Amino acid sequence: MVGARKPEAVGGVGDSVRTVVGLEIHVQLGTLTKLFCGCEVRTDAPPNSCVCEVCLGHPGSLPMLNREALELSIRAGLALNCEIAPVTRWDRKSYFYPDLPKSYQISQFDHPVAENGFFEFEVGGETKRVRIRRAHLEEDAGKNVHDTPGCTLVDLNRAGTPLLEIVTEPDIETPEAAYAFCTELQRLMVHLGISEASMQKGQMRFEPNVNVVITRDGVEYKTPISEVKNINSFRFVRDAIAFETSRQTDAWEADNGYVLGEKPNENRGWNSDRGVSDFQRSKEGAEDYRYFPDPDLLPIEIPSNVVARFRDDLPELPVAMRKRFLVEYGLSASDAETIVSCRATAALFERVVSLGAAADVCGKQFVNVWASLANARDVTIGELGVSAERIAELVTITVGGMINKSAVSKIAEAMVDGDASPTALAETMGLLQVRDTGATEAWVDKALSQNEEAVGEAISVSKKAKAATGFLRGQIMKLSEGKADPKMVGEVLEGKLRELRGE
Amino acid sequence: MSIPETAYELAAVVREQGVRAVDATRQCLDRIVALDGELHCFLHVCGEYAIARATEIDRAVDAGHDPGRLTGVPIAIKDNICTTSSPTTCGSKMLAGFVSGYDAHVVECLEREGAIVLGKTNLDEFSMGSSAENSAFGPTCNPWDTSRVPGGSSGGSAAAVAARMVYAALGSDTGGSIRQPAAYCGVVGVKPSYGRVSRRGLVSYGSSLDQVGPITRNVRDAALFLQVIAGNDDRDATCDRRAVPDYINNLTCEVSSLRIGVCQELLGDGLDSQVREAVRHATSQFVDAGATMVSVTLPHAKYATACYYLIATAEASSNLARFTGVHYGNRSANSETIEELHENARGELLGNEVKRRILLGTYALSSGYYDQYYRKAAKVRTLITQDFEKAFENADVVITPVAPTTAFPIGDKVNDPLAMYLSDVYTISANLAGVCAASIPCGFDTSGLPIGLQLTAPAYCEQSLLAIAQTYESHTDHHLQTPPLIGTS
Repeated sequence: MVGARKPEAVGGVGDSVRTVVGLEIHVQLGTLTKLFCGCEVRTDAPPNSCVCEVCLGHPGSLPMLNREALELSIRAGLALNCEIAPVTRWDRKSYFYPDLPKSYQISQFDHPVAENGFFEFEVGGETKRVRIRRAHLEEDAGKNVHDTPGCTLVDLNRAGTPLLEIVTEPDIETPEAAYAFCTELQRLMVHLGISEASMQKGQMRFEPNVNVVITRDGVEYKTPISEVKNINSFRFVRDAIAFETSRQTDAWEADNGYVLGEKPNENRGWNSDRGVSDFQRSKEGAEDYRYFPDPDLLPIEIPSNVVARFRDDLPELPVAMRKRFLVEYGLSASDAETIVSCRATAALFERVVSLGAAADVCGKQFVNVWASLANARDVTIGELGVSAERIAELVTITVGGMINKSAVSKIAEAMVDGDASPTALAETMGLLQVRDTGATEAWVDKALSQNEEAVGEAISVSKKAKAATGFLRGQIMKLSEGKADPKMVGEVLEGKLRELRGE
Repeated sequence: MSIPETAYELAAVVREQGVRAVDATRQCLDRIVALDGELHCFLHVCGEYAIARATEIDRAVDAGHDPGRLTGVPIAIKDNICTTSSPTTCGSKMLAGFVSGYDAHVVECLEREGAIVLGKTNLDEFSMGSSAENSAFGPTCNPWDTSRVPGGSSGGSAAAVAARMVYAALGSDTGGSIRQPAAYCGVVGVKPSYGRVSRRGLVSYGSSLDQVGPITRNVRDAALFLQVIAGNDDRDATCDRRAVPDYINNLTCEVSSLRIGVCQELLGDGLDSQVREAVRHATSQFVDAGATMVSVTLPHAKYATACYYLIATAEASSNLARFTGVHYGNRSANSETIEELHENARGELLGNEVKRRILLGTYALSSGYYDQYYRKAAKVRTLITQDFEKAFENADVVITPVAPTTAFPIGDKVNDPLAMYLSDVYTISANLAGVCAASIPCGFDTSGLPIGLQLTAPAYCEQSLLAIAQTYESHTDHHLQTPPLIGTS
């Protein structure tokens, strides 16, 4: 962590420094086309190839709303426990910049699609609640490209991409809580299919608004608010808040006049290389965006029955699902997190368990076996083409002792490559464990006769007995080429050793 | 066979091979060549394109196809409506030479029905004006008296139709820009109800007020053109989805049950006595034909001009913000920074009236002034709309002048913006209320200048509006008069 301030840095009894953070988050909605035209949303296309007269802002062109973007934003609003506006409206936000071809952004000012919600997440084993002030839809701008010396080029492929801007109340108090909030919000967006929410592709961007409340000799001092712009990593969000806490406290220590209302709020940029935020501009004489209702678009009524239907359609959310997986299936916290991180995977897991597979073993196999097969192929477990029934059967033959751990991965891989059942594969691949008492006894006898010294130690009352027994067990498994059932081997071996001890 | 005088008749005979589209087109192009040096109706004439289109249409007719309801009809398009066949300049240096990558919805509709676009007509820059003098490319002259303005902003379109250079032209009307020039030029102009015609491809001035409409030689042709351009368009969210009635075959009305609304408060100060007399006479003609005259009141009409110059300019300040010289159109040389690029392009390439309205609108939307100006204007707009709703409870149509005077001399009002703004005092309310209105010729003043009669009907009542207009026209011959200059051509 960068620059976190230790509490003892401030002297005096009852003195304290409290960080106050609100977040603005831009989430790129996962629609195929742009918010107000039919152009494809793509991040990998050549510059200015996904454009039309509407997103280029050519004279006479008019916006038409992409209904899917509105639906996704309603779903997101509901998942954030927001009230959905019965009537939502479009406003123009005016400013001049080369990547904004109309010189205004179509956004939502005083009638956002969702307001007054909250979002719960866990940090340090505790459940925290952050209030959501609002969530509104808007179009993204294009990109200014500065990689040609002496000129700036503008790429408008991104112009018109649908964004959901989520604004929280200033309810976050630590860098860690902000980190956890952002992580959980990203999981939520992916889980609901609202966004791919890839940080690398810039599909989720964070802007923490940070200030500190310093209590000194019973008096509270609030520093001016810094908005750290456009952060695309959870870690940088955490680091930026920690840094700002420290920077603002130092600034106040150096000059007690550094307080909200006296000194202007400011925009800052996070420099991850140096681990500091850089001053961008003062918000003194804030820019006037001259918001007014966009006359090219009609207000949209969102009927309460539609909201009710969307609410009913809302799936179980990741936080609740993880908790349930811990309790209901006895999974470890990390296994539950891995499985729940993909909604389709979680659904498949539940289907497999519903078929009678033991949940704990199934969970392990999902995390240790199936996930790695899926990752190697860049698909989800469900997309591997293995039915829930076959996955369940693999769990069952594992639990039943028909195969051992190392056989599980081999069989699973073969299941991906073909349609055979795991039992049949275990047979044809010679991986079935032998549960025949006679064969097991023969391997045990052979091992005992070949390792007299170890046998001697095993039946003695020395410290070496346990190790020697383990060694013998290994030798027996080796003789059986892994086919012996370890449990049965243990039982037979114990019996023989007891006999030799004369018990 | 001689070439007919109206679009309706021309399309019929071209379809029956009685007249060739090429001949009708040539005749119009010849008239443009003969007269446009003097009148300056056109900013761009696409003669070759028109002849090629006409040839294609004749060929289609010969092959037994029906090219549509406007087969072979030569038309013109106001130069703020996008066309791929000619530049779209909006009468501004900012867009000099700019060619749109797509055709406006209305242009697609007209061409699909066999109309032939001859060129783009002059206008006040970005439609901001009432005289066509604010064009960066010089004014248009009124064919009835070339020392006078044709009205505006669709001055080029109205003058071209009056001078018989085309059979019809598209105009756009934000505060009277179709009706006032139609009145000044003695032709028919219709401003459809807001949402009746798609705005896709109409370069926005005041988006909540703008409508495209036809300027024609008579009411039947206006009905024909409106029929073709009206209706839903999935590329304009403000376009209405309801079906378009059959205007052309329903141009008669039962005069005995017709209630003509007259608004006394609009016939007072500032109205030229000859115009007042012409409107009074037109009203009495309706009454003589059997209609009932009723008195209506539009108590908030006196605030319409003030309301309009807040709403239209607010929207314009935002709509015209895209003209920065960065992405298309023209830019000024010698700009070092992006701010300079913006400032120089807008400073050098936009005209004074456009700058004036951008400044007014920016002010009206500014933080701290929004409630006082824009929001208040929006409330007044609602009151004006309600005035019309009440008036139409008792009247089928409201009769008013189109403009307080006939066409004024070129240069008369260029230095007095307020006087210029007042020439739209009768037309602005219809845009604010979203209702439909037409301007039809109702006489001439003693100088021989045409006078227009405005008929205003409820929103989406174009069918009855046109039928009432047709009824009046059938009792008069004002629309058959042509400017003296045509005879000399």
